[in-house]
Amino acid sequence: MENGISRRKLIQNSLILGCSAAASPLITPVTLASTPFDTRLVVIVLRGAMDGLDVVQPYGDPELKGLRKSTKVGEAAGAHDLDGFYALHSGLGNLMPLWRAGELGFAHAVSTPYRNKRSHFDGQDFLENGGQSSDGSMTSAGDGWLNRMLTQMPGTNVTTAFSVGRQRLLMLEGEVETSSWSPDSDMDLSPTAQALLNQLYAKDPLFHDAAQVAIDLSEKMDGSMNVRQAAKAEALAGFAADRLTEDTRIAAFSIGGWDTHRNQNGTLPAALAELSSAILTLKKRLGSHWDKTTVLAMTEFGRTVRKNGSGGTDHGTGGAMLMAGGAVKGGKVHGEWPGLGELELYQDRDLEPTADVRSYAAWALRDLFAVDRSALEGLVFPGLDMGGDPRIIR
Amino acid sequence: MLARIGLHQEMQKAKRDERRNVSGAEARYKAAQQESRSWIGEDMRSYFARAAISDRGFKERLVAFWADHFTVSGKNQRVLLALGDYLDEAIRPNVATTFGELLNAVVSHPAMLMYLDQVTSFGPNSAVGQREDSGLNENLAREILELHTLGVDGSYTQDDVRQFAELLTGLRVGEKGFYYDKRAAEPGAETILGTSYGGAIGKLSDVKGFLDDLAVHPDTAAHIARKLVVHFISEDPPQDMVEAIASTYRNTRGDLMAIYKTMLEHPASAGPMGAKAKLPTEYVVSTLRALDIAEEITTQNPRVIRNALQIPMQAMGMDVFRPSGPDGWSETAADWITPPALAARIEWAVEAAKEYGQGKDPRQLLTYVLGDGASNELQVAVAGAESKWEGVALLLVSPEFNRR
Repeated sequence: MENGISRRKLIQNSLILGCSAAASPLITPVTLASTPFDTRLVVIVLRGAMDGLDVVQPYGDPELKGLRKSTKVGEAAGAHDLDGFYALHSGLGNLMPLWRAGELGFAHAVSTPYRNKRSHFDGQDFLENGGQSSDGSMTSAGDGWLNRMLTQMPGTNVTTAFSVGRQRLLMLEGEVETSSWSPDSDMDLSPTAQALLNQLYAKDPLFHDAAQVAIDLSEKMDGSMNVRQAAKAEALAGFAADRLTEDTRIAAFSIGGWDTHRNQNGTLPAALAELSSAILTLKKRLGSHWDKTTVLAMTEFGRTVRKNGSGGTDHGTGGAMLMAGGAVKGGKVHGEWPGLGELELYQDRDLEPTADVRSYAAWALRDLFAVDRSALEGLVFPGLDMGGDPRIIR
Repeated sequence: MLARIGLHQEMQKAKRDERRNVSGAEARYKAAQQESRSWIGEDMRSYFARAAISDRGFKERLVAFWADHFTVSGKNQRVLLALGDYLDEAIRPNVATTFGELLNAVVSHPAMLMYLDQVTSFGPNSAVGQREDSGLNENLAREILELHTLGVDGSYTQDDVRQFAELLTGLRVGEKGFYYDKRAAEPGAETILGTSYGGAIGKLSDVKGFLDDLAVHPDTAAHIARKLVVHFISEDPPQDMVEAIASTYRNTRGDLMAIYKTMLEHPASAGPMGAKAKLPTEYVVSTLRALDIAEEITTQNPRVIRNALQIPMQAMGMDVFRPSGPDGWSETAADWITPPALAARIEWAVEAAKEYGQGKDPRQLLTYVLGDGASNELQVAVAGAESKWEGVALLLVSPEFNRR
């Protein structure tokens, strides 16, 4: 009983079980055709609302010290000066070589159009949906902006876009079929068992589609990782990089741990370590493909400019996004700084957003995948005014 | 509960002593750590045992529903240690009372106060709040309005969140569990949703007064009605059923038994099954029941529970006792039937069938488990399996068995 129904390796010679070397019906024929693009995009959703003010610290703003009495900021706190005005939190110190190489940049004082209720869950849905409404309600199809972008890309197939990890990513949901898999996932089924499963699921599209992808992917992936390791950013990024060196051009995954209501000095570094590890793993594992890669890390909203009563920060509005990759024209913190003075804050508590975070993503999509501006402003991000080109891609 | 709070304090104390090189501190810490792990393991075991063995299925489903509605996630050992008591003392005894009583029990339980950071929120102008680096924390106030009562579309503003956070100051957790500390409460009245609560000196009854009003607010009625239908019937809830329940809710001021009765007697409750995907907990528990191994598995030691249930369920997308946020588990089938999560169900079910399905006739099991709910395809597939256990595996991975 000690071993019970644990995840023991399955016996190979049985009907239901056994490794199959059979060609995968879904992927094999189409993978021969690859997308006409050699550029790659990784989107990381930072769930829980990253405090942009602590990660990319505007330490040149004299108001900051007064607002954040209990935290040291800038170089006194071990942060790394970026441009004399902003400093990077010490938790992302490992990324400084990328900054110096021009492969890391930020946009500050950005947000989605979502305002006022400051709900994580609506905020995240909205960030992934990419729609326009300030109350957080989604576009009528309730799909994700990356998926709508795929409808504009020629020559895609089911492996063009990949959602990595166990969590479903709304950003990639929609009309275009995409793949989703976790680094630890595994399923050994014989060809006969696969056929039985197909029959069983024939009339249930939800099960049928999920099983199809699972059957195809379990044959290609080794899944030799435990559940805990597989949830770490290093595993997610490594898996994404492996896909991106093959046919995949777009990968997305999430990193959590940003909801720092309490003891932010103690809790934020762990989330930053995950983000840093994700980016460095991507760079390492992508090898020469890194030069063609853009990584965008986005969060649902920022946090209050003042510390709360628990050494943390509460839900806010304006925040920061990160961009990295060999394809990025880095070494710059983009955006118009709104200031932190009493009259400059949003509702006397939050950083006032001066740009729509979607506009940076939209310009990246235009430059990486040649998507039309009209499609970006009408379909991918309905209602967005992209404004002037911030030139974030080389 | 007291023993567990004491245990956590002993762990912290032993750790401090260890840093100061007090002799025997390391051993004390290890002993407390071990005891703490065994408590948590036992909570996990009894959680599965109750769900799998109880013959009062609907009550267990209500406990699961409300525990999820008022999610407390074991984000650290301190909260994890309080979780078993939270389920047993705040949730379970109140699933058949009124929503107001349930809400009050939840908001005064240490597990919730610790999870959503209320224990570090102090009135900025209170005696305790005057100390450096201490003041308000909005977390619990916001989630009560957004998730637990009015709903995110409810009629509250950021200012209501702020005022409510001030009203909640004073709720604390100490050596003896929950208590109210007026020295930590923000002095003065707070105006929330247009009504004033409290006076110069904070009182617990002011908090209760607002929670009682919140519990009978029409937005709360609408939000709870919708959530019940989304959970028990369909993620695309029939509007007339939601309305019927909300109406009972308003008329009875949140009498939960009356609310369940309206739900169960509504024609939509007798409608076809299968609109929902079973959550991994429901899937695993119904498998244990189907294979008649509920007792055998859930009386094993926590390590077996961990290997046989908890870890496979993580791969199915559910880390029991540790949902990723206070909104709890998703009600959307598509969130659970993803390629990696379905692969994990299939892997686990095949092993379960192989281990425990050898001696069972899959055709009889099919009738026993699904009644006449099995599709023709499933009946043919099960009857045509090459061995008994393979037939059982097909049943367990079928859409019919994975839906409810």
